[in-house]
Amino acid sequence: MARIAGIDLPRNKRIEVALTYIFGIGRSTSQKILAEAGVDLNTRSDDLTEAEVSKIRKLIDDGYQVEGDLRRDVTMNIKRLMDLGCYRGLRHRRGLPVRGQKTKTNARTRKGPRKTVAGKKK
Amino acid sequence: MARSIKKGPYVDPSLIRKIDLDSAPDSRRVIKTWSRRTTILPEFVGYTFAVHNGRKFVPVFVTENMVGHKLGEFSPTRTYYGHGSDKKKR
Repeated sequence: MARIAGIDLPRNKRIEVALTYIFGIGRSTSQKILAEAGVDLNTRSDDLTEAEVSKIRKLIDDGYQVEGDLRRDVTMNIKRLMDLGCYRGLRHRRGLPVRGQKTKTNARTRKGPRKTVAGKKK
Repeated sequence: MARSIKKGPYVDPSLIRKIDLDSAPDSRRVIKTWSRRTTILPEFVGYTFAVHNGRKFVPVFVTENMVGHKLGEFSPTRTYYGHGSDKKKR
């Protein structure tokens, strides 16, 4: 139950996977960090020694932007686009796909659950 | 795919000519252009462009944040008023 980067403490998982519970760290970043710290990927997160934990913590603190900082950055970037009045910003405002996908069908991730409009009756 | 850095940002040559003429007397009037594909350079900040959207010219005042975007991004080409008013039609 190591506590790294604020609030994250996944238990009894391979440390390679456990690190990915931190927002901003995926599998490949996790592997990179562990290689640098010299920790075996397969150690369980409970079995880490205190030294290993602090090493990992230090690497993340120094080299990566994670959790709150990263989240803030992402929202700031989106906000910038929205304030700018450019096409991508408009799409964000509307909650539609930003990167040119079709919206005639699909695009449910951005648009949310289907809102059926009743067809006109004769 | 992103444009190669080697080439530098793309600006329509015709637009460059227009701007050069303009900055000499420092009369910063609106520059009419069809060149939506032109990247906004730092030098453009403070200019107002009238960017064609296929129908009319949309005035775009360039601010510092816009650098790196294309002129066309600020001049929407589609009109969409949304669904929902169909009821009245019947």
